[in-house]
Amino acid sequence: MSPPSPQATGIRKLSLSFTLIALACLFFADTSIITTNPWGEVGNIGQGLITPSFTSPSTLLTSLMNTLAFALIGVVFAALLGMVLAHFFEWRVVRISCAFIRSIHELFWALIFLQVFGLSTLTGLLAIIIPYTGIFAKVYAEILEESDQTALQRLPIATSRWSSHLYARLMPAWPQLVHYTQYRLECGIRSSSVLGFVGLPTLGFHLESFFKQGYYSEAAGVLYLFIAVIALMRFWAKKRYLLPLLVIAFIWLPFQVSVDTDLLYRFFSHDILPAPLRQEGPLTMGSWSQTLDWCILLFKDQILVGSWNTLLLTQIALVGSGITALLLYPLISPLFFTQRKRTVGHLFLITLRSIPELIFAFVILLITGPSMIPAIIALSLHNGAIIAHLIGRYTEVIKLRADSPTHGNRYAYEVTPRIYKPFLAFLFYRWEVILRESAILGILGIQTLGFFIDSAFEEFRFDRALFLILVTALLNILVDSFSRSIRSKLRLSTSPEAQ
Amino acid sequence: MITPCPLFNLQAQSLGWGQQCVLGSLDLSIYEGENVAIVGKSGSGKTTLIKALFQQAPDKVALCGQDYGLVPSLSVFHNIYMGQLDKHSFIYNFTNLLRPFKKEINAISTLTTPLALTEDLFKSAENLSGGQQQRVALGRALFQNKAVFIGDEPVSSVDEVQAENLLQLIMSRHHTTILTLHNIDLALRFCDRIIGLRHGVIELDKPVTDISESQLRTLYQD
Repeated sequence: MSPPSPQATGIRKLSLSFTLIALACLFFADTSIITTNPWGEVGNIGQGLITPSFTSPSTLLTSLMNTLAFALIGVVFAALLGMVLAHFFEWRVVRISCAFIRSIHELFWALIFLQVFGLSTLTGLLAIIIPYTGIFAKVYAEILEESDQTALQRLPIATSRWSSHLYARLMPAWPQLVHYTQYRLECGIRSSSVLGFVGLPTLGFHLESFFKQGYYSEAAGVLYLFIAVIALMRFWAKKRYLLPLLVIAFIWLPFQVSVDTDLLYRFFSHDILPAPLRQEGPLTMGSWSQTLDWCILLFKDQILVGSWNTLLLTQIALVGSGITALLLYPLISPLFFTQRKRTVGHLFLITLRSIPELIFAFVILLITGPSMIPAIIALSLHNGAIIAHLIGRYTEVIKLRADSPTHGNRYAYEVTPRIYKPFLAFLFYRWEVILRESAILGILGIQTLGFFIDSAFEEFRFDRALFLILVTALLNILVDSFSRSIRSKLRLSTSPEAQ
Repeated sequence: MITPCPLFNLQAQSLGWGQQCVLGSLDLSIYEGENVAIVGKSGSGKTTLIKALFQQAPDKVALCGQDYGLVPSLSVFHNIYMGQLDKHSFIYNFTNLLRPFKKEINAISTLTTPLALTEDLFKSAENLSGGQQQRVALGRALFQNKAVFIGDEPVSSVDEVQAENLLQLIMSRHHTTILTLHNIDLALRFCDRIIGLRHGVIELDKPVTDISESQLRTLYQD
């Protein structure tokens, strides 16, 4: 009898097929380098990075304060709203609305509110609060659901619903809820700085203008300030500072919003309707058939190519992030490096993940020109660093036997197999995030959906913009539900498999 | 003469989890005022029996299980207080979570003294040793002030002297007790009825006074 041949497990098949799909996507993707002298630009940027300069500290400080204030108020409000919604998450209508609002990137929300509230505090806050509420509601609901239930079973039988909820469900999950909220604050700072790309007075605004003008030293100054603020978060983002910081944020931001109700009404009842419907009125037969033509035309011209490119980029970046994460996680794992070396590893990962992907891609774009390369590199490194951070932390609970192998063998036989399932779970969680980011990177000129949305806003064709945003949201929801079915089919959970 | 109604009653009952039957055709009655010890090798179905008994009168029983079910992030005080969550309104419970009431601290302090937890009253449960955690779980069960106490190895993680003191405490505060104990010696001294499980059936069910050394020994043979 011949020995049994090795069987491909579900996990292995999944990994292999995703890698193959990504390779195929890479074949179709535009990966050309357009600029004539990419290495020269690398030199210029590199020189800027080692000679950072802070020419106008007061402007910089102001925009830093704006960035933090937007993030803080936005995340706190979203966390409170999300907590309330998490308690009604078994209601389908809540689940669906949350999926919808989080499927639209904060920059798209900002572009929408920009039309009605202008460049105001309200625009910035809503752009963060709305998508973050959807994310918080979902994650809070999941944390509450997965928290330890034994305390609940030990309560006196007659305990009222809310008391038992408070003590035996909310409290066991509390550390995790706080931890996640802190992590989200970090994301909030990134989002808030990126809002500068559409003109809000946050750090991203200066980053973009400095980089665009080739002032790389000044740009590096802003970048370092930003990384420092995030790296030092554990010193200033503490629970007991929260209230004072919030008060300062509220005082700092200007709140005199002049809401033009006419404009508001016009935007939501008129501007966002498809053009034929708007011109002919909804009562004629002709306007509806023209609207259908309008949709088909938009579909053929923009949606098809936009979605295709978005998906290509997503699939490549997904696998790219996975590979990056698997390569980088040992840097912060106590199973591979000493405390001192890990500090360097941590710093490296923080740098990679704290630079917003949009800015990251923008910098690489200066080197390569507008192809998919900047987006692929930025998304892979950014998301890979985040996942590496999460699974690297998980290796802290793995207890290896005393005589376990070291170095490469330890990596391949002991540690990676143990973290592989949580790793995949994290990766698939990020799938929808990567898709959202792939779409938004279109703003930089890559023909993903964001490119067409941005152009539509520039041409004041809000009907197109809204329609394209809805398509993006739909795509996002589809990917999310697909990812969820894969996760549940392979029983992928983010809890560590310590033994 | 009318026989009193038993508190717990199993008749020809089979117990188990899922498809697997752990205990078969049990006949068992436990009356008010009894102090029962359930003994047997590990895996003989003690925990299964305890859970089934608890299910018969969950409102009268304070249960102290082997899984402590503590909330790691909450203090010793709050974990014990959870035993009386049903006695107060949500507003009261919520306030007490943010800022403990003096009254509750005093009430719980009378318990933490014999439990030797007074010094750790406001320490988080996650920072306690295994033995301390067990005493917190025990404290929560005692704080319920129920008539019946059911404990699954309630003193397994503490030393012998402390175990005796704690059993004393349990007995003094409850009219009826049902305990599983791996320490036969303690069972014989603190309980008045021994139920021995072996091979999924009740092999022994006698008052302590009628039990011989050899009967106990057979329980632990294969």
